[in-house]
Amino acid sequence: MSLLEIENLVVEFQMAAGPFRAVDGVSLKVSAGEVLAIVGESGSGKSVSMLAAMGLLPWTAKVTADKLTFNGRDMLSMSDSERRKIIGKEIAMIFQEPIASLNPCFTVGFQIEEVLRFHTDLGKKARRDRAIELFDAVGIPNPEERLGHFPHQMSGGQCQRVMIATALACNPKLLIADEPTTALDVTIQKQILDLLMKLQSEHQMGLIMITHNMGVVAETADRVIVQYKGRKIEEADVLSLFESPKSAYTRALLSALPDNATGDRLPTIAEFLSDQEIFEGAVR
Amino acid sequence: MTPVLEARDLTRDYHIPGSFFKKARTVHAVKGVSFAVEQGKTLAIVGESGCGKSTLARIVTMIDPATSGDMLIDGQKVDIARETLTSDMRRKVQIVFQNPYGTLNPRKKIGDILTEPLIINTKIGADERRDRAMAMLKKVGLEEKHYGRYPHMFSGGQRQRVAIARALMLNPRLLVLDEPVSALDLSVQAQVLNLLADLQDEFQLTYVFISHDLSVVRYIADDVMVMYYGEAVEYGSREEVFSNPQHSYTKTLFAATPRADVESIKARLARKNAA
Repeated sequence: MSLLEIENLVVEFQMAAGPFRAVDGVSLKVSAGEVLAIVGESGSGKSVSMLAAMGLLPWTAKVTADKLTFNGRDMLSMSDSERRKIIGKEIAMIFQEPIASLNPCFTVGFQIEEVLRFHTDLGKKARRDRAIELFDAVGIPNPEERLGHFPHQMSGGQCQRVMIATALACNPKLLIADEPTTALDVTIQKQILDLLMKLQSEHQMGLIMITHNMGVVAETADRVIVQYKGRKIEEADVLSLFESPKSAYTRALLSALPDNATGDRLPTIAEFLSDQEIFEGAVR
Repeated sequence: MTPVLEARDLTRDYHIPGSFFKKARTVHAVKGVSFAVEQGKTLAIVGESGCGKSTLARIVTMIDPATSGDMLIDGQKVDIARETLTSDMRRKVQIVFQNPYGTLNPRKKIGDILTEPLIINTKIGADERRDRAMAMLKKVGLEEKHYGRYPHMFSGGQRQRVAIARALMLNPRLLVLDEPVSALDLSVQAQVLNLLADLQDEFQLTYVFISHDLSVVRYIADDVMVMYYGEAVEYGSREEVFSNPQHSYTKTLFAATPRADVESIKARLARKNAA
């Protein structure tokens, strides 16, 4: 059975010039132990669709879907308090800017124990032990000492490790990573991706990796969804996507990679594809 | 031929003053770096955050003086710590920054942004300034109607084009590009890289291209310098560095770069199934 099932998700924002469709009929499924990558450029609705699934969008957003279930439970009709019990515990999310997503006023230890205090009935001592155990698991040296540090005392890579530890605190069934390594150096990116993949296979989590980096997709994903302007353009397993992309947009995206440059100029998407051509042959 | 830019053993120290609680200390941001770039060529400087590549960019653009060492532009020695710069000298080197959202003044129209360098550094009249700005807009793939618009009306890729246009207004010899495409989407990145290549061919521009993205470097650079903790650990032609990296850090860097080709995906899936 799929862990997360979304069918025909539509997210609209009311703008002065009328409604704006950020996500236009996206469907997806993730099973336990599977890594799904969602790729797209900025504005393709990849983050918004995940935020909508978690109910994290502001009230100005209008979210509709034919089906939105997590572990067989309907997320759309769920009350806020019920949803809060699931989010952070069974579904966890990692964001792009590790330094911005930690609260600068509290120590990292406080912030990781806060999750445990809210979602579990562990005692004070047990929470601290669990926090140390988690820091150890994500490869932070001297966890006891590090728990008392503030975010500004740590580097970007270390902060991202703290975020991952916080996300994993309650052993979530599904982890959503929104551009987890975009703000990091390549060497640190490698470490963080390796760590995520290791933890994913150890706990058999479902992992949704939102990214715009084709290299990250190639290194992590089992299955890939390509999005453009809020619509799903293509869905395929990772090998067939890179080997024989079906849609013209994916082909264009892959040929724009500097790795694949053949001549002395890179092919660009706008030059040979209009929106209409991109949406033709798009899957629903 | 004299190289457009030559650096001999450049160093830069930052002194951090002490206080009652802290001892004063010195950070050696750049420790003795030498390189040369010839006209029409691109030198890429690669390294992780904090390795001194942006400090080097500040020295080259004559924003910061070097602590020691010589910098020669067109064979002429530059030392801003001792003598003030002539506007002639300033015109030779221009810079494009990483974040196109932060580098354009939101309260100025594109036309004013483009003509400002001319007002400061030259005695060209208003009509001529306007004509030059219009011509430059077209060169970088924008239109004349964009002249009167404000930066917030543009997308990230278009703003980076404006930033490049502004840098080129003074016909510089050398353009320092500090991570010019890392804030852009893949397709837009391709457009901007193409633009840079076109402009280089047209004006015989020399680029110092700072980046941490090795796939971009491999595509655009003639020479590559890898920096690590303020030192140049590897310096050579693109082919040399990519085919036969010497230093262990360069090897780590190559190993860490994600590969998007079919063979490496197959290898990864095979490893996963075996485990």
